[in-house]
Amino acid sequence: MGPSTGGDTAASRVNGDGTSPDDPAPVDATNWPHVIRRALIAAALSASVVVVLAFPIVSHLAKPGQSGALALETRWGLVAGLAAAAAVFSALSQLLSGHRRAVAVRTPTTAASSDVSTFRETIGKVAPWIGLVALLLYPPFVVATTGWAGAIKWVDNFGVQILIYVMLAWGLNIVVGLAGLLDLGFIAFAAVGAYSYTLISIHVLPSVAPGLVPFAFWICLPFAAVLASFAGILLAFPVLRLRGDYLAIVTLAFGEMIRLVLVNWNSLTNGYAGLNAPRITFFGLPFASRTGETTFAEVFGLDLSPTVLRAIFLYYVILALALFTAWVTIRLRRMPIGRAWEALREDEIACRALGLNTVTIKLSAFAIGAAFAGMAGAFFATRQGFINPKSFEFMESATVLAIVVLGGMGSLTGCAIAAMVMIGGTELLRELDWLKLIFGRDFDPTQYRMLLLGLALVVLMIWRPRGLVTSRDPSIALKRRKAVSATLVKEGAG
Amino acid sequence: MTSNQFADGITYLLQQVVNGITLGSIYGLIALGYTMVFGIIGMVNFAHGDVFMVSAFIALILYLLVSSLIGASSTIVTILLVLVMTMALTAFWSIVIERVAYRPLRGSFRLAPLISAIGMSIFLMNFVQVVQGPNNKSLPPVLDGGLRVPVDATHFFTISYKQLLIIAVTSGLLAVFWWLVQKTSLGRAQRACEQDRKMAALLGINVDRTIAITFAIGGALAAVAGCLYLVLYGVVNHHDGFVPGIKAFAAAVLGGIGSLPGAVLGGLIIGLVETLWAAYVSSDYKDVVAFAVLALTLVIKPTGLLGRPEVEKV
Repeated sequence: MGPSTGGDTAASRVNGDGTSPDDPAPVDATNWPHVIRRALIAAALSASVVVVLAFPIVSHLAKPGQSGALALETRWGLVAGLAAAAAVFSALSQLLSGHRRAVAVRTPTTAASSDVSTFRETIGKVAPWIGLVALLLYPPFVVATTGWAGAIKWVDNFGVQILIYVMLAWGLNIVVGLAGLLDLGFIAFAAVGAYSYTLISIHVLPSVAPGLVPFAFWICLPFAAVLASFAGILLAFPVLRLRGDYLAIVTLAFGEMIRLVLVNWNSLTNGYAGLNAPRITFFGLPFASRTGETTFAEVFGLDLSPTVLRAIFLYYVILALALFTAWVTIRLRRMPIGRAWEALREDEIACRALGLNTVTIKLSAFAIGAAFAGMAGAFFATRQGFINPKSFEFMESATVLAIVVLGGMGSLTGCAIAAMVMIGGTELLRELDWLKLIFGRDFDPTQYRMLLLGLALVVLMIWRPRGLVTSRDPSIALKRRKAVSATLVKEGAG
Repeated sequence: MTSNQFADGITYLLQQVVNGITLGSIYGLIALGYTMVFGIIGMVNFAHGDVFMVSAFIALILYLLVSSLIGASSTIVTILLVLVMTMALTAFWSIVIERVAYRPLRGSFRLAPLISAIGMSIFLMNFVQVVQGPNNKSLPPVLDGGLRVPVDATHFFTISYKQLLIIAVTSGLLAVFWWLVQKTSLGRAQRACEQDRKMAALLGINVDRTIAITFAIGGALAAVAGCLYLVLYGVVNHHDGFVPGIKAFAAAVLGGIGSLPGAVLGGLIIGLVETLWAAYVSSDYKDVVAFAVLALTLVIKPTGLLGRPEVEKV
């Protein structure tokens, strides 16, 4: 893209890529003195860049002093540490690229890739089923290993939490991964679902059909899905004419608008104070009873705390919902509409030229994606027992988007693994209290979660733009008959 | 309606208009960064709002630093010194961000730069939270007092010195910026890259450097906005880049993305609409208004007020 600058700014060598065409790349790749000299230069440059960037935002901490006014506290040690880290990092990456070049010269690549790809295909076919069995057996396994008390933490904090994000990611996957429409306000649909569930079950159901109140969740679930998909269609109308970037920002603005309405419409939503959502029941049997109805534990003669039973039940409910999402996605992908989504993602103009109605394609992608988000939102409400607008901020949308991107935009297995890593990793970060012993008492590992997430998005786009876990090619493509059949076989496994 | 009530109403309106223009100048300055980058590489620099926030933090710390060095006696000198240093540092931030997060992605798939920019935005926000803490940082009022402008014998509205400073600095820098883009070889190179990057490269324009400089100018303008925001409100927080960022983007779209006068015009309109809405209707929904303007523009006139229709060649 344009003539190379060969490093006209100090910054241009920050990440130590020596790949510009007119770089004086070593003819003999094993020219170590040369490589080392380059590494040292790169180290010096990136260290100085870091020092300039660190001034004054890292080097001086503004914090309230004795009188309450802000005072500065210098932290040159921290700056030196960051600069040293940057220097070591870029020197190492220079050395490694030198080493890689040397290795590449010595060993020409062999054509063993076909074995690898069949192996990967087999893995790709088998892995989802193994994963499914593992998911089904997860609660009994946890109960067997940690006892009933540990089950709450592992089933609820890890299992249910991760599966909510898996479902959200699979919903967003339809919009972003399949249809290629970048949606930054996805969590707003979950908000619509959560509030629809809560409001219908609080205000509408008791007056319309009091007998059905115990079944609130099951009755409201479809309503949540339908209302969320209406919201999706409502959003899609203004953005139909827009391309990638515009669309992303408008979805973001729309998501924020929904959140701000939820914050400000006090008479309906109670603002930040939030609403109490009815808890889930076992198809009408409550887990904990306040008014003396028979509870689940009494009917089945179990002597266990309602929290544990509810957590395990919630786990299976969200697993079923997530699998439903996956099933619908897989089926839709084989239908004309799914093909149309993928065609839209690959080339919108070609799509139109072939007579596809891009309006319906986009609307259906938004509507179906939003419906799943709505269901996930309703589930979230019944699981928390309480909702307020704080749960539906932009960062949640960004997290779900990061999961989809990390999972390879389109791959169901990829999304699931990415959700496990990201959400499970976050939950694990909470556990890492021992880090406080190393970094001091103020160290809060959860602060670094979003920092790492942002960094991961950038690094991923540069390093593996098609996702970390797997990638998904169009389900059907011209002139690749072999690949097509192979991909279609893979369909069933997602 | 008595003439007294009428004068009351007019005074209130004029006061709100002054406030709106002040706010609008800040949005306009940020919007210029969006629109320039969009014009030259066709991407929405999602992290631009956070660059603005980083610059406000840099300005805050530099203000404390400079005023402790030269004493608080000469506020204007301090402010100008801080302004220039913040512009330089933020421009450097902007260049580094472009180099690290966007340049490697030119020629990647369509959504890659935007996703990278979102990542950068999240990173910057949380980076500032980690290094400066999550609490609001507030400065003592920097410039007090103002001009009382008479409407009639008994009615006055106030233009505070802060607002005067903001309007003066904005219009002065916009003039410099306008000259830079219209009259210098750098501006010519920039406009050439906007029209056709490949052709510009063939004609000997250093495209990479031009793009880097575009980012630097955008960063410097965001830094001006950051300094002025700090002067106006005196408080900054690591979340403060997000909403002004979206509003400035709305301004850029309203003015016609890619159009420099459009960005300023859009900023002023958004600032005015927001202030007047808050003054006359409800302050609860003032953020919604900016977003609604964005959505309405895109529905009714996607090219914006001053934008050229984009013809997509295949």
